[in-house]
Amino acid sequence: MLRRVHGKGSMNDPVDVLIIGAGASGAAVAWSLAETKMHILCLEQGGWMNPATFPSTGRDWEARFFGDYSPSPNIRARPEDYPINDDNSPIKVVNFNGVGGGTVMYTAHFPRLHPSDFRVNSLDGVAEDWPIDYDTLVPFFEENDRMMGVSGLAGDPGVPPRNPPMPPLPLGRSGTMLAKAMNRLGWHWWPSDTTVATVDYEGRARCINLGHCTPACAQGAKASTDITYWPAALRAGVELRTHCRVREITTDEQGMAAGVVYYDADGIEQFQAAHVIVLACNGVGTPRLLLNSASGRFPNGLANSSGLVGRNLMFHPYAQVYGYVAEETDSNRAPPICLWSKEFYETDLSRGFVRGYTFQFGRGVGPVAEAVASEAKGLLPWGAGHHDAFRRLNGHRLGMSAICEDLPEEHNRVTLDPVLKDSHGIPAPRIDYTLGENTARMMEHGIARAKEILAAAEATDICVNSPILYGGWHLLGTARMGEDPARSVVNRWGRSHDVKNLFIVDGSLFVTSGGVNPTSTIQALALYIADQMKQRLANLFD
Amino acid sequence: MSTDGPLTPTQSDDLRAIAAVMIPASTEFDVPGADDPVIQADIVTTLGRDACLVREALDELACLASAPLAALDPARREAVAMELRAKGGAAVETLTRVVLQCYYRDDRVVRSLGLEPRPPYPRGHVLEDGDWSLLDPVRARPPMWRRA
Repeated sequence: MLRRVHGKGSMNDPVDVLIIGAGASGAAVAWSLAETKMHILCLEQGGWMNPATFPSTGRDWEARFFGDYSPSPNIRARPEDYPINDDNSPIKVVNFNGVGGGTVMYTAHFPRLHPSDFRVNSLDGVAEDWPIDYDTLVPFFEENDRMMGVSGLAGDPGVPPRNPPMPPLPLGRSGTMLAKAMNRLGWHWWPSDTTVATVDYEGRARCINLGHCTPACAQGAKASTDITYWPAALRAGVELRTHCRVREITTDEQGMAAGVVYYDADGIEQFQAAHVIVLACNGVGTPRLLLNSASGRFPNGLANSSGLVGRNLMFHPYAQVYGYVAEETDSNRAPPICLWSKEFYETDLSRGFVRGYTFQFGRGVGPVAEAVASEAKGLLPWGAGHHDAFRRLNGHRLGMSAICEDLPEEHNRVTLDPVLKDSHGIPAPRIDYTLGENTARMMEHGIARAKEILAAAEATDICVNSPILYGGWHLLGTARMGEDPARSVVNRWGRSHDVKNLFIVDGSLFVTSGGVNPTSTIQALALYIADQMKQRLANLFD
Repeated sequence: MSTDGPLTPTQSDDLRAIAAVMIPASTEFDVPGADDPVIQADIVTTLGRDACLVREALDELACLASAPLAALDPARREAVAMELRAKGGAAVETLTRVVLQCYYRDDRVVRSLGLEPRPPYPRGHVLEDGDWSLLDPVRARPPMWRRA
């Protein structure tokens, strides 16, 4: 039975644009398209977040990172999560499902891809070039910086010029120690661009250093799209339906997307017709949905004539290295990331690999995280000596991660698991992934340089996690853009080569990964694609 | 004794015994051991989704000890506990974590570390600005990014 909602007609009347996913890219594209005054609907499998329940409001704030605020959907296992079979991967997928998506649970590190990242084949003879370049995205990076609210410092020689709208986070004790170490080595460092507000900004309160930023910010200082793009998009008339999980995209006799079948908040199967469908489900969710939308006309999955849907999965393997200094660090008492270094970002063949990595420097961790990690590393004994050891370790950690460029390899892929299903009985994704040789050499290089930095900071008890097991934050490449329909899934403005009213705006688009956190670039791409759609409304399907 | 909780009385006793081996009380730092009743109550009442793996670890412990751990002499108790630790695995890691996460949020323990026993929100923390002149040598560098 159809019902009336807010005077917009029956609930399942056709809409002009249907966006699937209310995370980083879905929110940006919804906001951008809202000015067209089309009927825009977003379906999101999760719900609105309630900051009063975020971990940093309670004494169990650290423990919840191992439970209902774990970054792993398999551990977190909330009703809105879907399971992922990542047994055949040394890196486990982490994500968040809800309004805001992954931006609810990220570190807010906000670098952009570099110009060279769009030209890896031309410059270094590996992978493929993107069909667009850095300059094309610059206006959208800037618009996104304003909408998300970026804090940072202009003048960094390591990246192209940009002007963050807010001042950078303080260096703090940890940043100062790391900066001194980098200066001793003569290596580049700079305060990181971050979406943590350092001053009151567009209705968001400034950061008060809760320190537990990753699993959602109770202060609202960290930008997540539920508090940035979505309020503006909803005011502009976009409709957002929560707790609605899409099972498949259907097509009509012309091979155009007709709509989606989804389960509503009551678990009732619904059909939603749409003239345009935009996928914003991340680099695992998007190929999962396309593969689950196989039909007689599209037997290998929707938009998959290239066979590349789900292939070329890239993660950004992290090589984490840390040690302990005599001086007290900031530990958990500030946003976790403070600096970046671009010293090893651009290709230098003398290093034994192509492409490169960013160092992102951390301030430290809280006592529970320290105890659990140190016990696992054998630094924290049981019994006699426990208390002495803990007091030497806790509040003294200094460390960094090399976030390494992952090159696309077709055997790294997302498929549908033949057995595993989500709570609605929809086939779950399966991940098959191995570290590439170039990546492995890059990680070894990063570990060796990180040890030099820690030595310069006079740190001891060096620990390495490489790759970080639960480090699959960045889900990229599984429906990439390109000019050639045989070598890509969507064109240079995000439209499926096969289905001309189907668009993709999330990290699946990435042709190569770069060596930086991708959220800024994902959102700039979403805004760019929305802009392209607006410019082509009269002939969008030609 | 009630068996309505997540652990049987024997498992509760073994949990208390192994927690004492892991983190003994310290007069030097004026902190309780992890077998402290308040900490034990916190562990048991917040086991939640970890209960299954914790029970599994305690069952492994019982197998290794062939008797209630608390009934063993201190040397044997420690030897069995260390054997379990060396064995490792998801269950043992979970048992260890739940003890650590409750111990290091106990008010007495947190205060002994020089920290305030409170959640981060709403008071937050103060972060010193640092010395921005450290950036001077970096500012002086020419652009490093590759033009494409």
